[in-house]
Amino acid sequence: MAGPELDEVTGTYTTGHEWDGVKELNNPLPRWWVSVFYACILFSIGFCIAYPAWPLITEHTKGVLGYSTRNELLKTVAAHSEMQSEWRTKIAAAELEEIKNDPELNRFATRAGAAAFAVNCSQCHGSGAQGFVGYPNLNDDDWLWGGTLEEIHTTITHGVRNTTDDDARYSEMPAFGEILEKEQIDEVANYVLSLGNLEHDASKAAAGQEVYVDNCEACHGESGEGDIYQGAPKLADAIWLFKGDIEHIKSQISEPAHGVMPAWGQRLDEVTVKELAVYVHGLGGGQ
Amino acid sequence: MAVAARLLGFGIISLLAIYAANYGRDVPFTVHMVLVAVICGAAFLLTMFRERPIFNMSDDEDGYQMNVVRFGVVMTAIWGVVGFTVGVLVASQLAWPELNLEPFLTFGRLRPLHTSAVIFAFGGTALITTSFYVVQRTTGARLWGGHLAWFVMLGYQLVILLAATGYVLGGTQGREYAEPVWYTDLWLTIVWVAYLAVFLGTLIKRNQPHIYVANWFYLAFIVTIAMLHVVNNLAVPVSIFGSTSYSAFSGVQDALTQWWYGHNAVGFFLTAGFLGMMYYFVPKQAERPVFSYRLSIVHFWALIFLYIWAGPHHLHYTALPDWAQTLGMVFSIMLWMPSWGGMINGLMTLSGAWDKLRTDPIIKMMVASVAFYGMSTFEGPLMSIRAVNSLSHYTDWTIGHVHSGALGWVGMITFGALYYLTPVLWKRERLYSIQLVNVHFWLATIGIVIYAAVMWVSGIMQGLMWRETDELGLLVYSFAETVDAMHPFYVLRMIGGALYLLGGLVMLYNIIRTIRGDVREPVAGKSASTVAAE
Repeated sequence: MAGPELDEVTGTYTTGHEWDGVKELNNPLPRWWVSVFYACILFSIGFCIAYPAWPLITEHTKGVLGYSTRNELLKTVAAHSEMQSEWRTKIAAAELEEIKNDPELNRFATRAGAAAFAVNCSQCHGSGAQGFVGYPNLNDDDWLWGGTLEEIHTTITHGVRNTTDDDARYSEMPAFGEILEKEQIDEVANYVLSLGNLEHDASKAAAGQEVYVDNCEACHGESGEGDIYQGAPKLADAIWLFKGDIEHIKSQISEPAHGVMPAWGQRLDEVTVKELAVYVHGLGGGQ
Repeated sequence: MAVAARLLGFGIISLLAIYAANYGRDVPFTVHMVLVAVICGAAFLLTMFRERPIFNMSDDEDGYQMNVVRFGVVMTAIWGVVGFTVGVLVASQLAWPELNLEPFLTFGRLRPLHTSAVIFAFGGTALITTSFYVVQRTTGARLWGGHLAWFVMLGYQLVILLAATGYVLGGTQGREYAEPVWYTDLWLTIVWVAYLAVFLGTLIKRNQPHIYVANWFYLAFIVTIAMLHVVNNLAVPVSIFGSTSYSAFSGVQDALTQWWYGHNAVGFFLTAGFLGMMYYFVPKQAERPVFSYRLSIVHFWALIFLYIWAGPHHLHYTALPDWAQTLGMVFSIMLWMPSWGGMINGLMTLSGAWDKLRTDPIIKMMVASVAFYGMSTFEGPLMSIRAVNSLSHYTDWTIGHVHSGALGWVGMITFGALYYLTPVLWKRERLYSIQLVNVHFWLATIGIVIYAAVMWVSGIMQGLMWRETDELGLLVYSFAETVDAMHPFYVLRMIGGALYLLGGLVMLYNIIRTIRGDVREPVAGKSASTVAAE
């Protein structure tokens, strides 16, 4: 090992170590580096005094600020509840129609309903309540279970075809694949399309009318107008829960898919359910 | 005798693996055992029929063992390209979910494949390779343990293979960055102990009075990873013929153990290990002495002492008690300067050689790497502050932060080391093309800048949208709306990643041509300085 030598470029001595040609300068620690390091340590000590920090045998140091993340959360929640409490009390006491007819109450309920919708409903019905295949669009006036405030409120409270609420909306269309011939299904599907004046095969549709009258009319109605008391969808329009092309209609006749909705009355408080009903009713299709 | 022992070993392992495969209780286990049987069977046949030197290079140079390093250099470059490719794929899947191809190529299975491929395959192989090179060169001693170094290198490649195939087939522990299943963990433990033995053995028989700083960092990395790996993977297998196991910890203790591991994987794998790399290759390439010996000592011990406590900052605002969160945060803040000690030593080593930035793209790469290191080790303590974390946590800001460290620091310093090592190891006058290094530098840098900037914007936007409430305290956005808002940023992020991948391909090509002994003449019309460098 050679002794320290002068590095001419920087005017600093080396430590005298050398490994595979790599040497080290004997520079001191940069002063700003040391100062900032100490400042960080001082900040940390201060932070530990202020906030809960060190574990003890059965407890931990609480910190002089009395801070806890859980209390912070409770405080925020309480502050938000406080902002809303006046309105929520009024909504709790009011009938649905009263909420709808009081402009201020209506405005709050719609806004709060929109927030609850974003958290609880948008996953299936979409952020804009536009629906998806199998999940109804809530913006239109085509209602499976009725579009009055009261009916929407009942649907949200008890849900659809769930197993947790005895009052859930329930309907089940038989699987006609086991009852009708393939040809008959094709014909009746064309007849269903003809009900809404949609593109169809006229000769098949004519043959399908009889099949419709015998098998479908009881629930879906003579002219396919549907029946909200049985949850039978309206067929005489261009709105389809499970896609409106002939193949999907045939599949839905042969082996119908049935959607499920939770009973929100079991998950959300009464005020929130009311707000949701007002919001959904106000989307455009409320009756 | 050694050949006979090897034949016996490979033969027995093959038979046991075939036997185990027959009893396999799930697909990953059976496939893994077949894989082990095939690999050991192939090794058995290779051992039986021939022994030949690889790369047509003599293993024994100046008394050093170098073929294992050569193999590692090639594998590092290959794993880099593989890892970046999977990264671009998962980034595309986030932008266009239709690209999820069930069941094997879904985001859930490819995401750990990407992280393990870049951290453990690319980063790990780079660390083993460079540590084997650096420890020999700076101790003046041949690797201890003879063929044990090859066992470490090849054994580690087997870990990668088992981990990667396991993820795609659905075999995972579900622990972030510790996904490999229990028998892969056991195998890695054996390999890692052998690695420690080779490294320590070489240090002990060194021909130098002192141990160079690069080796302190490598040793800290090896020792700490051994501890982290063993503790975090303590688990009880459901069956010895199946891949499923249950963690020894539960609830918040499990979470804390996981993040104690997870954060120190960053601290000791991606920081300490690569600082070791920097401490050798930067002064070598710059041909300048290290800036400050004293700084290297102080920042080494401060870094080692502080890093291990910082893990709880990953669990702010969770079931983890507040006091543990606070400690995680303050230790992260105190870690800022010790991390920057490495940056100062890296950058200041160039004093007196700054002109090389104009002429040497390898130095440029190393400087960019150290700069990204400084940036992400400032961002880290910042994000560990509880109030900042309440905005940044679970958002893409975190992803951006990780990638400025991973693509910038880890990737670029490794590229620099590979560019340094290739001509030295294969005794070439220089790289096939210096201009291509420059191309790689710009592709990588632009890629990182796009990636990081896009993730900052989208991450902060995401955090703000999640917490947005109106004057009545009512939530404004649905989660789906925040996802929808991310789409353009996801597309841009994928483009940034693709540029980085392109750079990796350029490097692989350059390395292969250099190994073959080709030399590309500089293209006319380039600036005089570039040509002079070549």
